[in-house]
Amino acid sequence: MNIHEYQGKMLLRAAGVTVLEGVHCTTVEQALSAYDKLGSKVVAVKSQIHAGGRGKGTVMNPATRDVVMEGGVKIAFSREEVDTYSTNILGNLLVTIQTGDEGKLVKNLYIEAGCDIAHEYYLALLVDRDNKSVLIMASTEGGMDIEEVAEHTPELIHKVTVDANSGLLGFQKRDLGMALGLSGSALKSFGKMLSSMYTMFCNEDCAMVEINPLVRTGADEIVALDAKISFDENAEFRHKNWDDLRDLSEEEDTEIRAKETGLSYVKLDGNIGCLVNGAGLAMATMDVIKLYGGEPANFLDVGGGADEEQVKTAFSIILEDPNVKGILVNIFGGIMRCDIIARGVIAATEALSLQVPLVVRLAGTNVDEGKAILAASTLNIHSADDLAEGAQKIVALIGGEQ
Amino acid sequence: MAIWIEEDAKVLVQGITGKQGMFHADKMVEYGTNIVGGCTPGKGGQTVDLQGMDFPVWDSMTEAIIATDADATVIYVPPPFAAEAIMEAADAFDSIKGEGVVVCITEGIPTLDMVKAVAYVNNRPGVRLIGPNCPGIITPGDTGGAKIGIMPGHIHAKGRIGIVSKSGTLTYEAVAQTMSINEGQSTCIGIGGDPVNGTGFIECLAAFEKDPHTEAIIMIGEIGGNAEQEAAAWAATNVTKPIVGFVAGATAPPGKRMGHAGAIISGGKGTAEEKFEAFRAAGIACAMDPSELGKVLLESLKSAGLR
Repeated sequence: MNIHEYQGKMLLRAAGVTVLEGVHCTTVEQALSAYDKLGSKVVAVKSQIHAGGRGKGTVMNPATRDVVMEGGVKIAFSREEVDTYSTNILGNLLVTIQTGDEGKLVKNLYIEAGCDIAHEYYLALLVDRDNKSVLIMASTEGGMDIEEVAEHTPELIHKVTVDANSGLLGFQKRDLGMALGLSGSALKSFGKMLSSMYTMFCNEDCAMVEINPLVRTGADEIVALDAKISFDENAEFRHKNWDDLRDLSEEEDTEIRAKETGLSYVKLDGNIGCLVNGAGLAMATMDVIKLYGGEPANFLDVGGGADEEQVKTAFSIILEDPNVKGILVNIFGGIMRCDIIARGVIAATEALSLQVPLVVRLAGTNVDEGKAILAASTLNIHSADDLAEGAQKIVALIGGEQ
Repeated sequence: MAIWIEEDAKVLVQGITGKQGMFHADKMVEYGTNIVGGCTPGKGGQTVDLQGMDFPVWDSMTEAIIATDADATVIYVPPPFAAEAIMEAADAFDSIKGEGVVVCITEGIPTLDMVKAVAYVNNRPGVRLIGPNCPGIITPGDTGGAKIGIMPGHIHAKGRIGIVSKSGTLTYEAVAQTMSINEGQSTCIGIGGDPVNGTGFIECLAAFEKDPHTEAIIMIGEIGGNAEQEAAAWAATNVTKPIVGFVAGATAPPGKRMGHAGAIISGGKGTAEEKFEAFRAAGIACAMDPSELGKVLLESLKSAGLR
């Protein structure tokens, strides 16, 4: 789960990390009064969307797709400029390297005081799968695309692995700070900031915290100028405040509804809907559809113990996508019984009066009963014995290769 | 013969009085697993009816292991308490027997809880953790066998193929593929799809290599992380037995979480393409479609002179 920069900065401030004064706004009037309140001659006007690359993005009119302005983060040197930039951004689309062509509608702004920057750094905390621990990465090359830095000058990225038994140690903070070329009060300020940030990372169950840039000011203070924070959704049960931080308009409506029903759904660009049990098998089903010349319309995992109702919901979610020209159901019953799936499929097909071709592949527990139920129905359901046959059948039924 | 879990291994069930725990404990007994009881704090002294027989429940893993001399435990405890259940089991096995296998089925454990639990288990070198978020481990026997987890028992048969996989249902697919060419399995392990887990691919490959009854290995990976590439590089110099591989997620778009928390490609690292390449470079025979695992396996067995 991702949150906005302004929300991330609230968390950072509460944890003791130095951030600049700023105000969250949803209207131009609020932006102007924020400017007055901050009392800083220079302010940053920052679009709030769940995607990176905002500064280099393009602001577009959502209806005409005409370019309104280059850049979704602007430095304003006057009240008039705050007015212009806020007006340009709010209610328009911001297209960045991470949003895809459709872009994201900007409904939130963050007006932030200016700052005297001596140097920009990069800092990130994340869970490292290889070491099975929290990893802290820092670089002197702040403000840049960190993937580029990693590719061309990997020696400029410094890493510290936190031992889960001992936590973040003093020498690790010093080593990392010195690797960034910090000394004196800047090094101390960096160490204090890192402790606060690591504590917040653990307390808030973060999946990733990325600060790009982290800056050293002229006065040798370390300040988080940006904040990209995501949470580990598995830990939602112990964070009641996440409900308030969640911006549902940033998430796909169907994906939210699927989650509420206990389904895991991700929309894709193809035209063959998939309904599968298990995440790995669901991915493999998409792969095999593609292998035989089709394009999957979605990832959908109904989980280990779906009932008739969930199968019905899964079908209706798949069919909401107007691109879907056919559906492939692939179930390897373990806990889940094939006869229950077969009944669910028939109920869903009838209730939704399915118009597109349907191929069902069943295997595992009670497979013979399941197949018999499908065969006895008068509905136009094609059966397949393995995944390859299922994929080939559905690709052929919707009219062959794309 | 098998790896880590013998056919007659004595198994405890943590969370045995819960809905999931009881359902699967019953299925395990039905399969023939030597279940010796379970543990639910606060319910010690009760019994649980599985397949018409009574099984004892203890308050703590220490009591349960002292009473039963169990070899392994399987955890069906809900996510908020699962990491602690892993640590309780690890501590009890370590202090009482110096060894034990802990299988955690639970899906949805917070990642930072697992960071702690894995560090805790690693401080107790005799204890092996399998999972979490996995189907478990099964060693099929001549009659019954040891099924420790949620996999459908009836699709398995005792044999000579070792299977290791990140994904649950895809493991079943691999099992069915071995059966389609009349091969059974020595041991099948689901290591789980979470970003932070216990036993990894390399440990499984090393154990299969050493096991005299395993003749070939099926290894199934997923997008995300580096584990498959590292395992392939390791296998190139350390595994002499044929390996057949598949990686799920070639069509998954970057940055999207595909059900498994671990199955996400970020920053161009851990794509299926990268992993297939690493497999091929290590001499692993790849199936591009899981329905072809059986065919590729048979070819590998033949060219190794094993069939």
